[in-house]
Amino acid sequence: MDTPSLPGTVTLTRDTGGERLVLRGDWTLPFYEALQKRANELAGSLGAGVQVDIHDVHAMDTSGAFVIAELLGSSRTQALAQDEALPAARRALLKTVGDAIDTYCKGVPRKRDAGFVVMLERIGRAVASFWKQTAKLLGFIGITLQGFASTVLRPSRWRVTALVSHLEQTGLDAVPILALLSFMVGAVVAFLGSTALAAYGASVFTVDLVGFAFLREFGVLLTAILLAGRTASAFTAQIGSMKAREEIDAIRTLGLDPVELLVLPRVLALLIALPLLTFVAMIAGIVGGGVVCLATLKMSPSMFLNMFQEDMQLRQFLVGIAKAPVFAFMISVIGCMEGFKVSGSAQSVGEHTTSAVVQSIFVVILLDAVAALFYMEMGW
Amino acid sequence: MSTETVIEVRGLTNRFGTQTVHENLDLDVRRGEIIGIVGGSGTGKSVLLRTIIGLVRPVSGEVRVFGENLLSLPEEKRSLVERRFGVLFQSGALFSSLTVAENVALPMVEHAKLDRADATRLAGVKLALSGLPVDAGRKWPAQLSGGMIKRAALARALALDPEIVFLDEPTAGLDPISAAAFDSLIVTLRDALGLTVFLVTHDLDTLYSTCDRVAVLSQRRVLAVGPIDEVARTDDPWVQAYFNGPRGRAATFAARQGKD
Repeated sequence: MDTPSLPGTVTLTRDTGGERLVLRGDWTLPFYEALQKRANELAGSLGAGVQVDIHDVHAMDTSGAFVIAELLGSSRTQALAQDEALPAARRALLKTVGDAIDTYCKGVPRKRDAGFVVMLERIGRAVASFWKQTAKLLGFIGITLQGFASTVLRPSRWRVTALVSHLEQTGLDAVPILALLSFMVGAVVAFLGSTALAAYGASVFTVDLVGFAFLREFGVLLTAILLAGRTASAFTAQIGSMKAREEIDAIRTLGLDPVELLVLPRVLALLIALPLLTFVAMIAGIVGGGVVCLATLKMSPSMFLNMFQEDMQLRQFLVGIAKAPVFAFMISVIGCMEGFKVSGSAQSVGEHTTSAVVQSIFVVILLDAVAALFYMEMGW
Repeated sequence: MSTETVIEVRGLTNRFGTQTVHENLDLDVRRGEIIGIVGGSGTGKSVLLRTIIGLVRPVSGEVRVFGENLLSLPEEKRSLVERRFGVLFQSGALFSSLTVAENVALPMVEHAKLDRADATRLAGVKLALSGLPVDAGRKWPAQLSGGMIKRAALARALALDPEIVFLDEPTAGLDPISAAAFDSLIVTLRDALGLTVFLVTHDLDTLYSTCDRVAVLSQRRVLAVGPIDEVARTDDPWVQAYFNGPRGRAATFAARQGKD
């Protein structure tokens, strides 16, 4: 090991005694490429009766033995491995690598096609999987509703502890971040309003802008998006890691219903938490807008409240908060469903968590747009 | 077997919080041997392995691999030493985003600067050496069975033709037939490649069928080290319970039958 290494060499000599293949130097990984190249040059020209001399090979590892075995072919390698004059370790190495090559055919690297057909195929797959996802989601909604129906009249099967625990995690723990976020968005909306409306001398209507925005849209939308990121992902990760560790299967074999045990408490918790959080977000957003009004429009607090009370009807609040339970249901169902779709590995947990967040935000915004159209047509 | 020492552990102390795992532990591993490390759960077998390969920094004491203290070497030199040993982790630790062949080819591409095609061919040889079928190279780690994962991980550990191989519970979770096949694979590879094998195991059959020497970890140190028959005679309650309990006797019996 400590002697300086010499690159491996191979020479082919022909004389009256026939062909002789002489190998020298180190046949090790650092010289693999050079040896492989040289071996390829020689491979075609070896006669049947060639004599092989590897006594002068200094060091040999599996890569060197591989080159030799490939150059000589299976039968000659096995013959070489029987050569009593070689050290036992080297014979064992040649034999092992020779045996290994016999069972090994050339490793073809994975095909990486590219082109129009592949693009079409991917589009097709994406469309097909979108339909499958939608069908699955509808199916899961059905299962969840069925679970509701079968437990709602039997209080003994309510999972109150789980429900309270999820309420704390999804509701109470989200209050600070949600309030701060809404406060800041409220302030931003007020700034925008006061600047844009100033051109018409109507900057006092900033109050209405903030009020309408938060009561009808932003309160519930901000809450839903925040919970889609925060809670849907948590649900998927929790249920997904249980699935990966076969805990879901264990629940089934114990004669229990995973939907009742895992899904219902989560869905119920979010159904309760999201409307409450929406209310918090509305208040925080309006306060944020109010602070800006007080600071930039020199409005007094009582004037702000007066205007707010005059222009806002209860209807605006109801129209906004009515969307909250729908969003809550969709977010929690998507989060739970993605958790159940996890298979085996930790990587799969990550993939489905991402998918849960993307899907729930998508669904929330889609439903919000549909609701806005509906409200407009109804003149609410 | 030469008497050259490739791993030298002196006065090793490992402590996690208030729990002392090793105290003043000494151990020598000689070139070309298969040394089995046994001990009850929580006696720090895996911690010892991780300390030797430099993943755990000991509280005190010194570990020398090939005469070098890994933790005090500069990054580049350390990497050179690390290439001279391979590690088979308990659960395989195959990279899940790469195919099996890519897993094995990775160290060869990164360290030996082979191009991808050459590395893949060589990876095929290593996989075959480890006893995997031809098509296994194209599979993903998630598609392999437990035994195949261990073999693939062994192939990766052997990728750079290391001088020492560390095996952490290589036969845990395998059926007896796969475990026996893995045992004989370890001996075959040791003989063919001149490996030194550091084997952490619970499996008495593996100990009897592969190890030249056995070291028993107990009471935070190496309680006994030597050929298995000698160690089994050590006058210590744990050693007696381990080697002369029902499973121990069965393994001894099986080993004797095998030799006759």
